[in-house]
Amino acid sequence: MQLELRGITKRFGALTANDHIDLVVAPGEIHCLLGENGAGKSTLMNVLYGLYQADEGEILLDDDVQHFEGPGDAMRAGIGMVHQHFMLIPVFTVAENVMLGHEETTFGGRLNLDAARARVREISDRFGFSVDPDALVGDLPVGVQQRVEIIKALSRDAQVLVFDEPTAVLTPQETDELMTIMRQLRDEGTSIVFITHKLREVREVADRITVIRLGKVVGEAQPTASNSELAALMVGRAVELVVQKGPASPGQPALVVEHLDVIDANGLKVVNDVSFTVREGEILAIAGVQGNGQTELTEAIMGLQPRVNGRVSLGSETLTGLSVRRVLDAGVGFVPEDRTHDGLVGEFTIAENLMLDRSHGEPFVARGSLRRDHLDEFAEEKKKEFDIRAPSIQTAAGRLSGGNQQKVVLAREMSRDLRLLIAAQPTRGIDVGSIEFVHKRMIETRDAGIPVIVVSTELDEVVALADRIAVMYRGSIVGIVPGDTPRDVLGLMMAGERPAEVAA
Amino acid sequence: MSTITTPDTTPVSGTLESTEIRSWKAPIALGIFVVVAAVLFVVAGRDGATTFRLSSDTDLVQLADWVLPARGTGLTVTVLLALLAAVVVGLTVAGSRLGSRARRAILAVSIVAFTFLFLLAFLTWAAAGAAIPVTGLLLGTVSLSAPLIFGALGGVISERVGVVNVAIEGQLLAGAFCAALVASITGNPFAGLIAAMVAGVLVSFVLAAFSIKYLVDQVIVGVVLNVLVLGLTSFLYSTVLSQDTAGLNTAPRFPRFPIPVLSDIPVVGPVLFRQTLIVYLMYIAVIAVYVGLFHTKWGLRLRAVGEHPQAADTVGIRVNATRFWNVSLAGAVAGLGGAYFTLDSVSSFGKDMTAGAGFIALAAVIFGRWNPIRATFAALLFGFATNLQNVLGAIGSPVPSEFMLMLPYLVTILAVAGLVGYARGPAASGKPYIKS
Repeated sequence: MQLELRGITKRFGALTANDHIDLVVAPGEIHCLLGENGAGKSTLMNVLYGLYQADEGEILLDDDVQHFEGPGDAMRAGIGMVHQHFMLIPVFTVAENVMLGHEETTFGGRLNLDAARARVREISDRFGFSVDPDALVGDLPVGVQQRVEIIKALSRDAQVLVFDEPTAVLTPQETDELMTIMRQLRDEGTSIVFITHKLREVREVADRITVIRLGKVVGEAQPTASNSELAALMVGRAVELVVQKGPASPGQPALVVEHLDVIDANGLKVVNDVSFTVREGEILAIAGVQGNGQTELTEAIMGLQPRVNGRVSLGSETLTGLSVRRVLDAGVGFVPEDRTHDGLVGEFTIAENLMLDRSHGEPFVARGSLRRDHLDEFAEEKKKEFDIRAPSIQTAAGRLSGGNQQKVVLAREMSRDLRLLIAAQPTRGIDVGSIEFVHKRMIETRDAGIPVIVVSTELDEVVALADRIAVMYRGSIVGIVPGDTPRDVLGLMMAGERPAEVAA
Repeated sequence: MSTITTPDTTPVSGTLESTEIRSWKAPIALGIFVVVAAVLFVVAGRDGATTFRLSSDTDLVQLADWVLPARGTGLTVTVLLALLAAVVVGLTVAGSRLGSRARRAILAVSIVAFTFLFLLAFLTWAAAGAAIPVTGLLLGTVSLSAPLIFGALGGVISERVGVVNVAIEGQLLAGAFCAALVASITGNPFAGLIAAMVAGVLVSFVLAAFSIKYLVDQVIVGVVLNVLVLGLTSFLYSTVLSQDTAGLNTAPRFPRFPIPVLSDIPVVGPVLFRQTLIVYLMYIAVIAVYVGLFHTKWGLRLRAVGEHPQAADTVGIRVNATRFWNVSLAGAVAGLGGAYFTLDSVSSFGKDMTAGAGFIALAAVIFGRWNPIRATFAALLFGFATNLQNVLGAIGSPVPSEFMLMLPYLVTILAVAGLVGYARGPAASGKPYIKS
């Protein structure tokens, strides 16, 4: 089925998320929609899927104009979507999730689960998925959950399939498998829209590429285009994709983690016997697919986890058992992975956010009251230094873009006397310009002789920053390898394998 | 640089290791009850024997009375309770050395046996020298539980679809009022039944409109509705109903309708099958809600909306409409519970006659973990506690009646706080669904 979007415009108040976007996706083609976070890709697809109503423009399927009041209409017309955040109900089984919304019933209105199971098995066998229809979705690994999403779309005979940032949660191997599935679907005649901001994937799988920037189509490209050409189109200027980084000159061991366990509320060891050392003046990257214990590990170092065994020490000081306040006082800077939730108070101004972890005394508090003038002076200085783009330091932090929010967090954490910096997912969801900036600051911190831990699920970021790489899988460290380890080896390690050359 | 390397090439295990988090809640609670038992039944033990009467004179099959000596029973049971508590302590100490399944089974059996024995000893002690009508105790339990069960079913439906229903109390009270009024005017209890459902739906409409459409905090709307209905019915009671009690507040009651054969089974028959139409409706409602929730399209969609509304939306389910109609349905079910007050137990409406039953029903929803069958059993437990207080008050027990009045609420607090602790409800319950 051929999909055509003509002049789609979608506004949210003053913001135009999509500005007269035209797009044609031919049957049996993988069409890549490339753009930065916030460029308007997801909005466009939500318009296509009937979740949003376009202000202007029309959607055509095989030259017929469509009117989608809701996702139900889009699905009936043959459009399926694999959402970035899976639209699956964790407490339902695979079969129940697949049948939801178009349930078959038997006598007396009872659900016909057998028919749904058969449907799941049939599609699952066709693509070699091996998905158990009776498994609870919440118990399945994310890679399998994504397959359930695909089965869900195909069980409604989708002719146009939209994949919204599908690789964000996958290991490199799972990503390769997904690419194979996409090609297989294409060869069966399905039209595929593949939304991503990862250049490598685009060049590997796309038949055609459309680049979107700030809500507008800025050009088409061939899959043969180079990374830097695509990046320039996407960002609107030439960008340095690789951070300039000199060799590390590591000094004394600074942070020592010994046999650290973290136990969650259900008694599961989410971090299992983890030991590593970070020296002064080096960056240790902790790589791994989301949800393999990285979050809990950094929280345990910060004193945020209640059930921890083992020992963490920084220099001569033991951190385990200390309150978060004392850990911060020991000189640990922490950039949490969810900046809007843990890193900032959205309703507070930039200035207030800059003093969040120094509210207990000098320099911003004297005799129990805030020293506003002092704080404002400090905030103005940091705004300039970290290039925070905002109308003023009194702007609410929640109103800033992701990149500028992250700069506020960095400015706060880096303006203390640090003896260790922990940055979790420091560039998640921020624009390429800000990524460059954040990466540069990380390298500068390292070069100032401070140990740095970077937790990242993006292999590109890991490879760009790391002097050494620790790969985590299921709460354990699979291995700690040099920064120049090949990607395929890292990919295998992220799936829990220990390649022979690593052990050598 | 890479001085640390991996020791071998075996892959890391794909499953997470599990460790034991030992909870001493159960052993401590049981220990306290053993002490209470020792003090009450042994130290303050009473002489005389207690008669448990298992059938009444009119029953077809006559069962012999059951006579227990109070002091001997108290002593024996206290020893048994101590043994059971020791088993549970042993279980906690042994921890993961026993399989988690076996452990859970032993724990459940021990706690049930413990509860039963404690209750037996308590009854024997409290009624020493008198007789306890067992059928009467259980029959009263079903009667007092009926409105709680209807209320709890309303709560389960509403919370499963994603709206916290604090307004059960208001729905019960509005149902009771309208049932009394309409049945009195028409002289027909069926009309009263329908009026009660309509009243419950009307209260639900307000809850649904404010919480779904206008995104007001659901708990606050619920609380305000309870106060509103209480004020409104009290006002109408004193200004309208009391003007013409004979014409407006004398409702015809549903007659008892014994089901042939079934009602002649000893103990069970008189308790379950010599009831009124409303109670039979309740049996049907419990089964219907259970089957509906877990085996039909309606239930699947309802639960999807309450768990992950956005996912439901993306497969074409209209989230807010589903919520609206099911909250209304919940109101109708709770309204039936209100009708029980004025069309079954007494034949007239009284100010604040539900007296907090709606809140107990809410506790039953949580204690029953949002499952209609379990919520029903929870409601029965609360009904039993209430009736125990009535029965013991009638035969004259050594416990001051003020203390006995606290019993149902004490049971509620112990059940919800002690046994359930943190229960995971429907994920999106209480959260309005806003489409951006």
